[in-house]
Amino acid sequence: MKPKEKNDIANAFKENMDYNELLNCTRCGFCLSSCPTYIETNMDETHSPRGRIALMKAVVDGVIEPDMDVKHSLDLCLGCRACEPVCPSGVQYGHLLEQARESFYQHKKTSLSEKFTHRFILNSIFPKQERMIKSTSLLGFYQRSGLQKLTRNSGILDFFPETMKTMDKVLPKVPSRNEMKNRPNYLPPPQHSGMRVAFFSGCLMDTIFLETNNATLKLLQYAGCEVVIPQGQNCCGALHGHSGELEKAKEMARNNILTFENTKAEYIVTNAGGCGAFLLDYHYLLRDDPLWSKRAEEFSMKIIDISSILMKLDFSSNMLKLDEQIVTYQDSCHLRNGQKTYLEHRQLLTSIQGVKYVEMKDADKCCGSAGIYNLLESEMSLKILDDKMRHVRNTNATTIVTANPGCLLQLLMGIEREGLSHTIRAVHIVDLLLEALENNN
Amino acid sequence: MLTESIQNELIEIVGVKNIQVSNSSLLAYSYDATPGFQSLPDAVVSPRNTEEVARIVKLCNHHRIPITPRGSGTNLSAGTTPLHGGIVLLMKHFNRILEIDEENLTVRTQPGVITESLIKSVEEKGLFYPPDPSSMKVSQIGGNINENSGGLRGLKYGVTRDYVMGLEVVLANGEIIRTGGKLAKDVAGYDLTSLIVGSEGTLGIVTEATLKLIPMPETKKTMLALYNKMEDAAHTVSSIISNRIIPATLELLDQPTLKAVEDFAKIGLPTNVQAVLLIEQDGTSTNVQNDIGRIEAICRDHHAREVTIAQTKEEAEALTAARRLALTALARLKPTTILEDATVPRSEIANMVMAIQSIAKRNRLTICTFGHAGDGNLHPTCLTDIRDTDEMSRVEKAFEEIFHKAIELGGTITGEHGVGAMKLPYLNLKVGSAGIEAMKAIKRAIDPNLIMNPGKMFVFLERQRLVVQK
Ligand SMILES: Cc1cc2nc3c(=O)[nH]c(=O)nc-3n(C[C@H](O)[C@H](O)[C@H](O)COP(=O)(O)OP(=O)(O)OC[C@H]3O[C@@H](n4cnc5c(N)ncnc54)[C@H](O)[C@@H]3O)c2cc1C
Ligand code: SF4
Ligand code: SF4
Repeated sequence: MKPKEKNDIANAFKENMDYNELLNCTRCGFCLSSCPTYIETNMDETHSPRGRIALMKAVVDGVIEPDMDVKHSLDLCLGCRACEPVCPSGVQYGHLLEQARESFYQHKKTSLSEKFTHRFILNSIFPKQERMIKSTSLLGFYQRSGLQKLTRNSGILDFFPETMKTMDKVLPKVPSRNEMKNRPNYLPPPQHSGMRVAFFSGCLMDTIFLETNNATLKLLQYAGCEVVIPQGQNCCGALHGHSGELEKAKEMARNNILTFENTKAEYIVTNAGGCGAFLLDYHYLLRDDPLWSKRAEEFSMKIIDISSILMKLDFSSNMLKLDEQIVTYQDSCHLRNGQKTYLEHRQLLTSIQGVKYVEMKDADKCCGSAGIYNLLESEMSLKILDDKMRHVRNTNATTIVTANPGCLLQLLMGIEREGLSHTIRAVHIVDLLLEALENNN
Repeated sequence: MLTESIQNELIEIVGVKNIQVSNSSLLAYSYDATPGFQSLPDAVVSPRNTEEVARIVKLCNHHRIPITPRGSGTNLSAGTTPLHGGIVLLMKHFNRILEIDEENLTVRTQPGVITESLIKSVEEKGLFYPPDPSSMKVSQIGGNINENSGGLRGLKYGVTRDYVMGLEVVLANGEIIRTGGKLAKDVAGYDLTSLIVGSEGTLGIVTEATLKLIPMPETKKTMLALYNKMEDAAHTVSSIISNRIIPATLELLDQPTLKAVEDFAKIGLPTNVQAVLLIEQDGTSTNVQNDIGRIEAICRDHHAREVTIAQTKEEAEALTAARRLALTALARLKPTTILEDATVPRSEIANMVMAIQSIAKRNRLTICTFGHAGDGNLHPTCLTDIRDTDEMSRVEKAFEEIFHKAIELGGTITGEHGVGAMKLPYLNLKVGSAGIEAMKAIKRAIDPNLIMNPGKMFVFLERQRLVVQK
């Protein structure tokens, strides 16, 4: 890195970092044992929450320069926020991480390949659903046309990280373009009136995981809701926010707030833990924007995860039944650490007849998916995944349940890597609930 | 800066994976849990066995390179801040429990084992290792030994020192010695085990320890006594002890501390009382029943507003777990928290509590108090902002007054957190200049080149270096 570049980044740190929050860390170390990267690196402080916060503060204080090693420490962070709920001082690590990454993002000259992956994944695919549909139909074309087979045979995938190759194998069949385009935008309540909720469809969920979105809508209707699915909503901006593109994320936030305000819904329901936590955080993202901060607060207050609202509406008293099976649940980090929602999923699963619920060890620890982390930091991600799969195997579960598309893909990869795809399945909780409901009717 | 040839020699000893010299690694090992202290080492080295430790120490001794041994870096006296640069020696590879001897009731362990995991491992065999510092989830046994750490069970069961039976130590000249052992009695020569315990990494590096275990007490009861006046709580503490009851735990928390802890833990702690005593007794069920009844009566005699007894094991554990969070939870209130560790004889606890309150008032400061009241060990904690220089100078003045008061009451400047760099200016108050000279003589005899954790405990004029403090 050139001196000027480092200097600019250091200044950006001074500008962006919330210094009071940095001081809030007493360096007590209570967060260390919860941090997956600290554990995987055999207790390397450089890859711990306490270490990362100290690095950020040192850059602001001018004690060290923001060089590639500092960046590496931040890059290797999963952003899972497992360090937050265990911190008695209440340090908002997730916010600090975003600010630090933004400082690098604003001034760091990225290498071509880095730029390619980031730009490609973030800007060309996620922001506009329209584009997401296009690119996923490209993927669909790739899968259907025989090109997939060709590429696999050609060995071209060998040039990509190992995760990319496995990902390619486990990606669900992409729905056809028509299916993706003709989405409902309103579902009346089953009875005369019901709670009016709006549904945040999400980009991955409304394309690759379209079936899961359909299942979510059905469940909401069963639970008695009137559902609005506003057109014009866009990506939540989480992936952008987490990788430092805060301005872009703000732009998306404003559009979503505007779109959902018009729905007059009581709740805004999400079925992707990662999106939900970021939507919940809009009020922080836009805190300094006088025109939007209040509106963002109102928006954030309405965010609710599908499992929470189902529990609120007493969905678990329905007759739910499945064939006898052992089921385990993998928390979505952002659902647990960001939205503080984790009991509801377990309550729902245990209310299904035929299900023997077995909690796996460290279910609250990250699976290594972490947005696009598994593509960028493949090696660390796979180490974490291997640990996860060991815990899964110890439960003897045949069904792993999650509540976030990224985690779902990661677990599918885990199953594939272990050669267990004939014995273990991974599903989103709503798909399992719908199966349990329909099985019985 | 280490020369390239020294770096290469280090790599030759520990392998390239076990030496870190990047900017970010040096920074990550430049601090501990003590506010206001930071200084970068020149390298971070992680030996894999005792022989490697010995070779590193020999090399450093030859080239006069400072060594700062480091466990988990949770000490509160700037004990692992590498004030003079050199190498930080990490014990992360020394993470195995070597033997739990159920015949002799001992455990042999490497120093990098996390305190809580050692406690849990011996409990699985029905054995008990009492020293349980609030940081036990993070701290290492080696750190506990070198700080002679106390904990919540110190009143009845003593501190780390009372459980260290033998050590393997690499001395500053690179020689490996073994002290003590599994023996219940041993008077062969000077008690070097005791000398190393609490030596804060200034004499050598502990590479193995043999610790004493005791049988697990049959049962345990936990209670909370609530007070409208801090003084009443403090008098209760002295009174319980003068009535010849020794509870396993006797902890004090004042109102702001209770509130901060409750805000985080949300377990229903009372936040509208001035003080709370957290009391635990263990032993046979008749004794426990008996003691708890008597303690309850003493609490009520001293105007406790309410006395409640935890009904389940989970409830009891939630209470002690919450107490362990006190320090960090207080930190959310203000940017900087500075805590002290003054300790007085148990009979003086009420006087000390009142003195702290009036010192805080006189210096216009917010000082919260919690701590191991039964041990006479309080942690007055000042909530402040390190950027406010005017207030910081008052903080310094207030703590100096607190130290003087503690000494006046027959106490000490530190009960369990150690001297390190932070309390170095005050050591004289407790041990006097002749005491310091005696300690320095021991230090020089064992570490003539002053390479082990320099800048801690006392200053030597021979070793002066500009210190970066942040
Ligand atoms: C929130 C909080 C609560 C705390 N509560 C308590 C408490 O209740 N009671 C208490 O006594 N303390 C307490 N402490 C202080 C601290 O946790 C203890 O001193 C603990 O024993 C330090 O362990 P560590 O592994 O972090 O050691 P470190 O901080 O890494 O090191 C401590 C000292 O030991 C030396 N050292 C470490 N390992 C070795 C080794 N193998 N050989 C030679 N020297 C070595 C270091 O050089 C240093 O001088 C608390 C701290 C925090 C942050
Ligand atoms: S983030 Fe919180 S838990 Fe971690 S070291 Fe800082 S204060 Fe302690
Ligand atoms: S977000 Fe996750 S990986 Fe990052 S520091 Fe916190 S616990 Fe560690």
